[in-house]
Order: sequence, then C-alpha cells, then structure tokens
Amino acid sequence: MYNQEKCKFLKSHEWAFVDGSEAVTGISDHAQHEIGDIVFVELPKVGTKLEAGKRAGVIESVKSASDIYAPVSGEVTAVNTAVSADPGAINKDPHGAGWLYKIKIADKKEIDALLTFEQYKDTLK
Amino acid sequence: MTNSVSKLLRTPLYESCVAAGGKMVDFHGWELPVQFEGILAEHKAVRESAGMFDVSHMGRLIMTGSKVHAFLEYTTSNKISDAPGRGTYSHILNENGGVVDDIIAFCAGKDKYLVVVNSATTDKDLDWFAAHNKNFDVKIEDISSHFAMLAVQGPDAIQIAQGIDKHLADLPRFCIKEIVYFGQLCYICRTGYTGEDGVEIMVSPPYAAQMWQFFLDKGVKPCGLGVRDVLRVEAGYLLYGSDVTEKYTSYEADCGWVVKLDKKDFIGKAALVKQKAEGVKIKLTSFKLKGQGVPREGNEVKYEGREIGFLTSGTYSPLFKGIGKGYVVNVLKEGDEVEIISGGRSMRAEVVKSFYKNRV
Repeated sequence: MYNQEKCKFLKSHEWAFVDGSEAVTGISDHAQHEIGDIVFVELPKVGTKLEAGKRAGVIESVKSASDIYAPVSGEVTAVNTAVSADPGAINKDPHGAGWLYKIKIADKKEIDALLTFEQYKDTLK
Repeated sequence: MTNSVSKLLRTPLYESCVAAGGKMVDFHGWELPVQFEGILAEHKAVRESAGMFDVSHMGRLIMTGSKVHAFLEYTTSNKISDAPGRGTYSHILNENGGVVDDIIAFCAGKDKYLVVVNSATTDKDLDWFAAHNKNFDVKIEDISSHFAMLAVQGPDAIQIAQGIDKHLADLPRFCIKEIVYFGQLCYICRTGYTGEDGVEIMVSPPYAAQMWQFFLDKGVKPCGLGVRDVLRVEAGYLLYGSDVTEKYTSYEADCGWVVKLDKKDFIGKAALVKQKAEGVKIKLTSFKLKGQGVPREGNEVKYEGREIGFLTSGTYSPLFKGIGKGYVVNVLKEGDEVEIISGGRSMRAEVVKSFYKNRV
C-alpha cells in the first residue's frame, strides 16, 4: 500500500509516505523483523504537534521496547487504531495495514532531508 | 562485529539451530538462538504441543566420592536426596546467605551426583566447590563439553520422547535415568524450565544433531532463548543473575522451601537463622499489569507513591499480558496495587502469587 521504494526513511527505521500535504508513517520491514513479535504500541494522539527526529511513541515487542521517532514535523491528523488492537499487524504488513499515524507536513524541506529507500538499505549493511 | 562473533562458543547443536532458521545472538559468550519462527508461535507450541531448546551451554559436573552427599548437604541449602535417580533443586549460599548459584543435584548412583549448574557461573561454582572440599575429598569433574543437552517441553513431549526411551513415562518428575541410544550413554532428566512436562536429554556431541532431527521430524518446534524467558517467568522459575544473585538470600528470593534449617550445618545457615529471626525485609514479589504495556527488568516499583524496589524480570506473556517480578520492601500482600514505572510511564499492576498453573 505504501510501497517501500516510494517511502522516505529515518536511520532509526521509521518511514514516511508523502500523500499531498500529509505523510503516512510506519516502521520498516527490517525493523519489524529485528524487534520480533510486536505486542503493544503507544501512538501520539490526533492533534499532537510532533517535531522531526523527536520521540513520537513506543513499540514494544516481547523482547524489547523501542521508541519511535517522527520523520517530519507537524500535527498528527490520524492514528491507526487498528494496530493498537492488533499490534501484530505491524509485523505482518509494515508498509500497509501496519501503518502508524498520519502527520500534516509543516515543512516540505524536511522530506528532502530523509533517506531514499536505496540510501536506507545502505545503512543496514 | 565479525571478530567478536567468531570468539563466541558454539554448542554441538549450533549447525542444527542455524539450519532451522535460528536467529543467533551472544548469550553470556555462547552463540545461541534467540528465536526461530517467532516468540508467540514458539510459546503456543510449548504450551499446546511441544517445543525444543538447545541447552547445551548449561554447566554439568560429576561429583564422586564416599562423602559426596555430605559435601552437597554442606555446600547447599536444601536436603539433597540420596535416592538413586532423584534430583533436588538447591541453592549454593555464601556466608551471608547470598545465592552463589541455583542448581539441581541428581543422585546418579552410589556416591555419585550429576550437578547441573548455570552456564555463566560454572567456573565460579567450580572454584567455590574446590575451596570447600578439604574435609570431603570429593572428585569434581566438569563434563559440560562431553554432552550436548536438548530440552523437549510441552504436553506432548513425553509421548514423543518415548521414541527415544519407551519406558520414559515411568520416570518420575525430577528424576534422571541413563539410557543407551545411538549406542551411546545418554542421560534423560524429567525436568525443565517451562512449567510443562518434558525432558532434558544429555547426548554425546556427535549424536546431538541426530537427536534434534528425530524431534524435528516428530513436529517438535525449535524454540529460542526469547520464549524460554517468557515461559519461565510465567512458570515462576527464577533466572540466576537477575532474580537470584549473591546480593539476596534464599528467603529474600522467596525460596524458603529450599532452605532446611534443621540440617546440621551448611554454609550460610547462620546468616539465614538470623534473618529468619529478625524478619525478611525485602522479598521477590510477582506483579501482573492491570492495563496495557510491558514491564521490564530494572523498572521501578512504587507503592502508595513511594519507591519500594525494582523489577528483576519482566515480559509480555501471551497468556497473562504484562508480568514481572522484583525485589520490593516486604509489605505487600496478594491483590495490593502498585505502580511500575517504565520509560517515565506509570503502569498499574497488582501483586499476585503466581502466573501459570504449572502442569508438573
């Protein structure tokens, strides 16, 4: 749904899919694989103003807790409540049903600063 | 990275684990699988059918000598059974009553014991035993590398393992027997760390992979360290180095049943007699979250707004959700509500006696 080739990434494994003035966010397939079975997510509330690179929530697997960071600055416009009820959806489909929240992009230039999929893949080597 | 990984120790089942898709990690210097298919799938297998674990890293000592029983009675806190085949869980204590290690001592015949110790503490235990052996003259041999060890656990484990030993169902819980398989001496212990019935089989290293394959062919699911931790927390088993350490006594670890003060003498007895008389001030206590979240080792525990201790184990349980245990001031009773603080977030939890109703 949010093809990874078309997403931009943070080194810390979050992705952003730009859709007009909004960005849909999630975590990468590599990240979900590394942290294993996800059992709990804490997402920002609609209306929260996030800052690029700052903590936006927590994803917990059986093994560990990982902070998630906002890829860009802006206001949260929607939250995927389905993953709160079924966090395993993030493991199954991190670029689709496992999306996390949508954000209204405050500054388009921040998108350019993110990694392309190719660049992100290089960071995993 | 490559250099440090190559220095890790590998068990005789390393290749089998990798071939089964094991995600290998550094576990106290051993390269062991943290998971295969995934912790939740592996958990389901052990609770509903059968799963297997490579536990070849565990320390195993053979002790022999006419005074070996007296030696184990003196160096550990529990009454050690001298009935051939019978195993006893016990604590090695220091003079302060602190737990040097938790062990299982199996009586393996006349004047002979097989003592299973923790992997990371094997060298420390060997030194400790040697230092207190003067009046006992026990011969202590570290046979850890002579045998691989495979734990097969779950409601179907015994039935499946009868393919290795058809009389296995007659072996009582916590007992050991010797069998010959592949023409080799193997030990089978009806023990485990999951709360399910099952066995831990010691097999000569060159035959370990065949043993693994036997169980794989029977549908037993390979399981990693990740699920092993979830299962043992659910089952109420302690992890040495986290839940039990030299800093805390057996009483503080809520293991009073392992301490037999009516024994003539054992190392640490005086300290425990004193502590029992004065009262146990802190105690390892179990908690279950009332809401969402996952408690973790190191999280603070608060009661009535006051910090009373911290967690030594915490995990997500597919059966009970967020659970953990930790050392807290000994003022709580079952049902009391506490707060567990994780990453600045407060989670409500209640004191419970136990989690999983063990099937053994």
